[in-house]
Formats: sequence, C-alpha cells, structure tokens
Amino acid sequence: MRPESSPVLEVNKLSKSFNSFQAVKEVSFELYRGEILGLLGPNGAGKTTIIHMLLGLTLPTSGDIKIFGLNPARSRQREKILSRMNFSSTYVAMPYSLKVKESLMVFARLYGVKKPRQKIEILIERFDLKESANKAVRTLSSGQMTRLNLAKAFINDPEILLLDEPTASLDPDIADRTRNYLVEIKRTRNMAILYTSHNMKEMEAISDHLLFLHHGEIIGRGTPQEVVRQFRGEDLEDVFLKIAREVEV
Amino acid sequence: MSFRRISAMFLRHIYLYRHSFTRLLEIVYWPLLDLLLWGFVSVYITKLTSQGQTAPNFLAIFLGALILWDILFRSQQGISVSFLEEVWARNFLNLFVSPLTISEYLVSLMLVSLFKVAVVFLVSSLLAWLLYSFNLFIIGLHLLPFMINLIIMGWSIGLLTTAFILRFGQQAEVLAWGIAVLFQPVSAVFYPVSVLPHFLQVIARYVPASYVFEGMRAVIMGQSFPTGYLARAMILNLIYLVLVLLFFFRMFKAVRVKGLLVHMGE
Repeated sequence: MRPESSPVLEVNKLSKSFNSFQAVKEVSFELYRGEILGLLGPNGAGKTTIIHMLLGLTLPTSGDIKIFGLNPARSRQREKILSRMNFSSTYVAMPYSLKVKESLMVFARLYGVKKPRQKIEILIERFDLKESANKAVRTLSSGQMTRLNLAKAFINDPEILLLDEPTASLDPDIADRTRNYLVEIKRTRNMAILYTSHNMKEMEAISDHLLFLHHGEIIGRGTPQEVVRQFRGEDLEDVFLKIAREVEV
Repeated sequence: MSFRRISAMFLRHIYLYRHSFTRLLEIVYWPLLDLLLWGFVSVYITKLTSQGQTAPNFLAIFLGALILWDILFRSQQGISVSFLEEVWARNFLNLFVSPLTISEYLVSLMLVSLFKVAVVFLVSSLLAWLLYSFNLFIIGLHLLPFMINLIIMGWSIGLLTTAFILRFGQQAEVLAWGIAVLFQPVSAVFYPVSVLPHFLQVIARYVPASYVFEGMRAVIMGQSFPTGYLARAMILNLIYLVLVLLFFFRMFKAVRVKGLLVHMGE
C-alpha cells in the first residue's frame, strides 16, 4: 500500500526522443514522501534519461512532470524545486583541485545552507570522510569520491533525493552503511528517494516500490515481491536476467 | 627499438587527426596567424623607415599593446577556461542540478574574468616598469575606457566559445585557446589599421579592439584622446555582447532539448 497523501513528484506520459530514437515512451509514475522508488532496467532502458528530465537537464519531448506541484522545465520553478531536492551519481565528480571541505562549502553556498561549517562537519563524519577532509578531491579513491558526492547530495537536507547508482563503486561495508543510512533517513525525515542501481539485491532490500523499465517503457511495477511474482522469477536478479536476455533473443 | 611499436604510436596520432577536424586545423592555424601578425608588423616598420618618418616610441607602443591585448585575452579565458574547469572536473552536472541559474553562472564567470584581468594587468604593468622602465599609466585616465572595451570584447568571445563547447562538446575546446588570437591581426594591436590590405581594413572597422589600439597609439604619440573611436568601440561591443548572449541562451536551450548537457565532461 502506498501513502494516501498527495505525491511530491508526479510524472504523466513522459516521453523523450533523440532524433528517431525514442529513449522514454509515455512513462507515468508518482513518488511519495517516506518512500524509496527503485528504477531498474538494463543499460539503455531510459532510467538516467528520466532522472535528467526530472532535474530539468534534459527537456522532455512530451508529457508532464510536477515536483512539489511545480514544473522543472520552467526556469523560475526549476530553481525553487532544486533548492528542495538533490542528486548524486557515480558518474559525476566534484571539483578536482579543491579540498573536500572547500568543495562542500561551495555547494553549501549554492544551496543557501545555514551554518554551513557545522553541516559540513556532520556530513564528513556521516560519510566517513574525516581522513580526507583536507585532501584535494583529485587524490580521492573512487569510493571516497562517491561518498563525497553523497555528502553533497545531503547538504541541503533535501525532501527528494535522486540517486543514480550511488553505491556502484563502494566497498560492501560502506555500501551497506549507505543503504542503512538511506533507509533510516527516509523514515526519520520522511524523505522521498528515487533510486537506480544494477545491484538487484540492493534494490530488493531497500525499495518500497519498483518500476521495471525496458526500451524506455515501464514493463513492470509494484513492490519488489509483486514484480518478482509478475514475471514468475525466483528473485529480482532472475527477473532482470530473464527480461534482458529474452528480449535480446 | 621496435619499428612496429613506434609505427603503432605514430598511427595512434594519425587516427586522432583523421577524426578531429579541429586538431587538423590547428596544424595550419597558428603558423598562419603568426605569419599574418608579424608580416604586418614588418610592413609597418618598413613603411616608416622607407618614408623617412620619425620612428614612434616602439617600446611604449609594443609593450602597451601587449599588456592591453593580454587584458582582452585573459578576459576571454576567464570565461571559457573557467567553464572548461567544470567540464574537465566532471562537475558540470552537480552545478546545474543545484538552484544555480544559467544567468547567475555567467555573472560568476564574468567576475572570475575580472579578477584574472586585474591580477594580470597589475603583474604585467609592474614588470614592464621594473624591466623596461615603461609606465603604462602615461595613458592616464584614458586607460580605463580602453580596458572596459577590451574586457567586454573578451567576454563576448568567451561566451561565444562557451556556447560552441556546450553544443559540440570537448572537441570544440580548442576554440578556448585559439579564437581570440583570430581577431589579433584585424585588431591592429601592434600596427595601425592603415597597414592592413583594404579588405582587412573593412573587417577591422567591425572589430571593437581595433579602435582601442588605434586610440592607445594616438594617446602614446601625444595626440588628442580619440573619443569617437571609443564611442564606436563601445557601441560595437554592446551590440556583440547582446547578440552573443542571445546566441548563448538559444544554444543552452538547444543543448537541453538534445540532452547534450549531461554529456559535458564525459
């Protein structure tokens, strides 16, 4: 059962074409407070394009997006939306030449964080960045970089968090701690999280709801258990392999 | 030594040139511009000596021109290289998923550009004074409108370059280093516009920097301050800045439609 309150994010018949290639086809879904919604699907399924459209980085070909009731394609409304949400991706880095603390300070100012030093200290502690706090970003390992990106994503205490494969380059220990943190913060702060990952166990463990995308279309949705049942699989990984391989064949 | 391995590395670079028009262009671009610039400087000096004219204060003219040209160049770099810093760091997306607007971003780049110009101007003026006893401030208060015009022209070139990098990706990066220099021969930095062939003189009339350098030479040679030149430079600069800004915003929208913004720095 999903919450009865109105969604913080609504997507209605969203499509995106790049010339003749249709990357996203009439996708509709909602995201509620206190919910982790997992987007899953093989490479090229349209997950990242959807996230980029939600962030207003890519403009949709058709369809509607409403975040907090506002439209991210309109620049004034986008500004208001983005101050209340955040994003982290393994594929995006932070300014190389700056130190970790300096990098976070830049983003604290961009998001208008009150008491930024205090906030940065909390995040450094939370994401295990204490030893690298005064190191240049370029010297960080990929795991530390991912943690720094996550710290940046929490700098404004977002109400909505979009995470694109956030644990992809983390070791199992830090990945597990990050997942636990996400589940905890979702519960305590009633945060809405949209999450993509290729780790099916992770998706099964933390997602309240799932959208299964393939070739830009939603082909399955529901709780992880419902999606597994829908495709008559043993678990989510089995479903994923079945869909990716069946369609290719 | 293995010839096979050497030829493999040679082939690697040939492939690179085959797939990159900008790299191919670079091979002829810089020598051509050097040839044009120093060719016109030579024509200028030869003309003066053959006509038996009194040689102007070359030290003041060349050093003054060099320092002022650097203002234009650093102003442009302050925009385009600062933008590239985010692309190289793969930090571009993080900035544009924050509440930062594109207008705020452009203003911040202009501020960086002003900071760079101030530092470069102070350092080069000081060095010119220490090493060559050349005091740029003999130009007096006229220096300020000269500098403002060069800074604005630098911004226009920087924004134009940035718009192309946004649209065509990092393969257009070479523009950040080379496009300002393209304007150097027709900006009459080290020689008067009259030295240029007629068709380049026509082009120079539409280049704001050419009026600034003509004005600088006039002031150094003790002639009256060329108010008309500065007015023309300012009008052209404002027209170009508005056009470039419109082009930039149009390009930014096109890039969002094509989904290219997310590929910046990949």
